[in-house]
Amino acid sequence: MSEIQEYRSRLSDPGSRRFETFSYLPPMSEAQIRKQVDYIVSKGWNAALEHTEPENTAGSYWYMWKLPMFGETSVDRILTEAAACRRAHPTHHVRLVGYDKYKQTQGTAMVVFRGKTV
Amino acid sequence: MKRSAAKAYSAGVKEYRQTYWEPDYQVKDTDILGCFKITPQAGVDREEAAAAVAAESSTGTWTTVWTDLLTDLDYYKGRAYRIEDVPGDDTCFYAFIAYPIDLFEEGSVVNVFTSLVGNVFGFKAIRALRLEDVRFPIAYVKTCGGPPHGIQVERDIMNKYGRPLLGCTIKPKLGLSAKNYGRAVYECLRGGLDFTKDDENVNSQPFMRWRDRFAFVAEAVKKAQAETGERKGHYLNVTAPTPEEMYKRAEFAKSLDMPIIMHDFLTGGFCANTGLANWCRENRMLLHIHRAMHAVIDRDRHHGIHFRVLTKALRLSGGDHLHTGTVVGKLEGDRESTLGWIDLLRERFIKEDRSRGIFFDQDWGSMPGAFAVASGGIHVWHVPALLSIFGDDAVFQFGGGTLGHPWGNAAGAAANRTALEACVEARNQGRNVDKEGKDILKAAAKSSPELKAAMETWKEIKFEFDTVDKLDVARA
Repeated sequence: MSEIQEYRSRLSDPGSRRFETFSYLPPMSEAQIRKQVDYIVSKGWNAALEHTEPENTAGSYWYMWKLPMFGETSVDRILTEAAACRRAHPTHHVRLVGYDKYKQTQGTAMVVFRGKTV
Repeated sequence: MKRSAAKAYSAGVKEYRQTYWEPDYQVKDTDILGCFKITPQAGVDREEAAAAVAAESSTGTWTTVWTDLLTDLDYYKGRAYRIEDVPGDDTCFYAFIAYPIDLFEEGSVVNVFTSLVGNVFGFKAIRALRLEDVRFPIAYVKTCGGPPHGIQVERDIMNKYGRPLLGCTIKPKLGLSAKNYGRAVYECLRGGLDFTKDDENVNSQPFMRWRDRFAFVAEAVKKAQAETGERKGHYLNVTAPTPEEMYKRAEFAKSLDMPIIMHDFLTGGFCANTGLANWCRENRMLLHIHRAMHAVIDRDRHHGIHFRVLTKALRLSGGDHLHTGTVVGKLEGDRESTLGWIDLLRERFIKEDRSRGIFFDQDWGSMPGAFAVASGGIHVWHVPALLSIFGDDAVFQFGGGTLGHPWGNAAGAAANRTALEACVEARNQGRNVDKEGKDILKAAAKSSPELKAAMETWKEIKFEFDTVDKLDVARA
């Protein structure tokens, strides 16, 4: 058995901050993000984008990017919007959301681009 | 409505079937329906035994009484209306009984069960009796409060989407001091769990009084939240000797700004549970429900109450989480049967499905569903199977599977979280996590030394005892 290792997380270390779903995996590649968008579309959910300053992640409401993309089934167009949101707010965290209107909640949500954590 | 002619009073013991066996009865949408598995005494025929159960669980007693004639017995009595063979077992049979809704107080799980599983279970004419399923009509469902928040609201409160939640019961379950206990909580939460949990046995013992535990745990939760930037909770067990004490503990948890408390709904009782669920709704507190004592009631195939019925009782009484078994861990639970009561806990409408042990359609209308909690003997290697069985609306609780990590709780927590997220990502990509589980976990472990160590620690553990309480199926 390997030697005991310290599990590092610190109040003082921004690197310790997490972002809920998928934030314990390495950042997703473009191909990986595409597959998650594919999943959202295949579930019949409405994709949406949110973003926030890294110091304001705690609340329920991040800034909404335009409007949720109701009825959008083109994975490419959703990815294009995600890239546009990131270009407009390069220092912000950007979250991809899939709204499930039948369950009246978010079917999934994940941070796809990370700004500089604080 | 046609009224029967006035009857004369005739004292004595009548056969139950004369009054309580009605094979032509048309079930009403408002009836509460029960399916009992009856094992009669030798010499008692099926119709008489079924009628006896209908009588003793509703209006009847062993002899005719003159006051029967002061009431409209035809309106109030329960009726046995159908009898079926039990597949693969000729010692017993199913009896279906319809109860008029007005036999029961509105919104009272206590009252329904006092009738349905009251004196009748000790009745001499039957050797054994099991309540297999109950259909609650929507008219009755609407009189009950149900889960204080339900799955959707809990996700919004806790900010957890697109995946099952992760928990851990703190061990050893008895004997830790409050401060040491809070340390174990803090380590789990900072490592990546969403929740930690008081063991059901932890109430307020001399080694750790509840107020001390709550205060240290609150500090642990708050620090872990600040450190990770994620929302966290600990199920503070408010199960107590008296309702007054229970509410006192709940109020203190609220004053500490904690998001969730817990209760044992069977040992605490339906009355306490329903009251606490109402308190939780009014105070925006989530409610985790443990089920100590259930196996005493539900494990015997011929006697007691099936767990699917206890699940329905809890959904009506109120709780946002309920322990359902894991299928794959150390505790009892047949897969199809478990899937049946998980549906009953979470879904809006559940169709009759004998292959899952569901005897009636059940419509919950607008009553929220609750999270299924899988807990007991599970670890990272079980994650693919758990995700495939339970889907997203579940809490996976790894007790030993977090605390037993060779590097400690935080590393154990990170290992579980990484394993879970890797499996969710793979599932969303369309991969079969059941079949490819090993590859998915091994790939994830390449960037997570915590997961790698966990996979080395627990690889060999298996639980392969056969279940005692199997579904009733014909055996070749």
